[in-house]
Amino acid sequence: MTTSTDFGREELLIVTVARLLEGCGHIAVGASSPIPGSAALLVRERSAGATKVSVLGSRKNNFFTNGGVELFDCAAQGRIDAFFLGGGQIDGQGNINLVGTGDYPTNQVRWPGCFGSSYLYFLVPRVILFREEHSRRVMVPKVDFVSAPGVSPANHYRPGGPHAMVTNLALFDFNKQKQRFRLVSVHPGHTAEEVADNTGFDYDQPDEVPTTPGPDAETLALIRGPVAAEIAETYPRFAERVFPGAVAAA
Amino acid sequence: MTANRMFTTVDELAARIPDGATVAVPPDYSGTAMALTRALIRRGARDLHLVAVPASGLQADMLVGAGCIGTLEVAAVTMGEFGLAPRFSAAVKAGTVKLKDATCPALHAAIQAAEKGVPFTPLRGILGADLIQHRDDWKVIDNPFNDSDEADPIVLLPAIKPDVAIFHATLADRDGNVWIGQRRELMTMAHASRQTLVTVEAITDDNLLATDKTAAGTIPALYVTAVAEAKQGAWPVGFLDEYPVDEAHMAEYMQMARTEEGFAEYVARYVRAEPAAAAAE
Repeated sequence: MTTSTDFGREELLIVTVARLLEGCGHIAVGASSPIPGSAALLVRERSAGATKVSVLGSRKNNFFTNGGVELFDCAAQGRIDAFFLGGGQIDGQGNINLVGTGDYPTNQVRWPGCFGSSYLYFLVPRVILFREEHSRRVMVPKVDFVSAPGVSPANHYRPGGPHAMVTNLALFDFNKQKQRFRLVSVHPGHTAEEVADNTGFDYDQPDEVPTTPGPDAETLALIRGPVAAEIAETYPRFAERVFPGAVAAA
Repeated sequence: MTANRMFTTVDELAARIPDGATVAVPPDYSGTAMALTRALIRRGARDLHLVAVPASGLQADMLVGAGCIGTLEVAAVTMGEFGLAPRFSAAVKAGTVKLKDATCPALHAAIQAAEKGVPFTPLRGILGADLIQHRDDWKVIDNPFNDSDEADPIVLLPAIKPDVAIFHATLADRDGNVWIGQRRELMTMAHASRQTLVTVEAITDDNLLATDKTAAGTIPALYVTAVAEAKQGAWPVGFLDEYPVDEAHMAEYMQMARTEEGFAEYVARYVRAEPAAAAAE
């Protein structure tokens, strides 16, 4: 299978996230997440019915009928295999901050709040940290507020936690024993030096850092066809911008 | 037949919410009573303890900006793609509202505890989050059913029993039964709260409990205190299948609410100038 060279930034991120979701029975996608949502729908498209996807905010692609609590109950029952979290700040131990910068409670910059992160980070086995901006203001040595910790003592009930992190520059995985990220690959057009320059914490990396592979032609066709059509229901403006012709055709 | 006294106007609903009340509200995607929120600002409500089940948006930002809020108990205040909530951010920086930051499932669970009439409920997760440091009303105990040698710490949350739940729904019938479809958090809020005040898009002559098709998604009048008809009652927030968010208006709000003066001008233009009769129809 040849790798297409003609793909966009979002399409690379979609296929990179999708590779992390292989084998999941049920993937849930939170608010404001068109790229993770597209990745989940791509996995579903190739799964022959084995993967179910719940996109919050979607009518059709959403299994929840019991109000806002169901996502959380479902996670606690062990029925959600993968979920996505972000963070205004992320540190090298996988701690995430969705509350703000400066001292709580009178934060200089206040973000919306923890949402479900302080719970789902503990209960969903594959939490993928997805944050497009990769800069020293996001990737900090220590978060100002721990909305949810990356690691927990052994006796804390925690079937879940960080599995990987995807940014505009690179893909990392997370080692729970070492409590550290490891650089897995750098996206085309970027370098390991650039990643280091823009990251405020230490992480492991191999001697030779590979390049994140792009989508092959068949995958790209799936993304631009059925995936684009499905994600457009929830994120019409994202779909119009990223897949202009595809949505109109579908 | 005597007129059903459950039916009233939007401003009369606002008059029933006393200063200092604990008020439960749903998130922006689940029926936000914005006409009633504007009436609350007109009435000059003070020191409300707003409980978002589990997050809030424009509603919380406007109530904070208008000085109606003493305590905010929320998992998030979010304006979504429109940006950071301007009056909320300013109030946090100035320290003018008391914050009880939570996480979504904690708010759902605490409301469910009130629904069951129990004083507290356990919840997994949260351990090691900084939230716990700032919530002296939350406790961590060892799971009493734990039979291993190692401690199994678990968080206990006190029940949240709101004085009032307020939300906007699609339909009420003449008996005061309210159809909410699958927005089950509204049902839980109504069960948990002492009073439930609802605005609706329309009132139907059909009895919503008469058939299973509507009864399954209906809050019985038993849990409903009062109802006011308010067409477009969630505007400018979107409302389920009925209407989308008014994006132009939201952009205007975000622009005006960047400063205290701009927000005051917004309130003068869109809240004070709104005729009470029109808001109630």
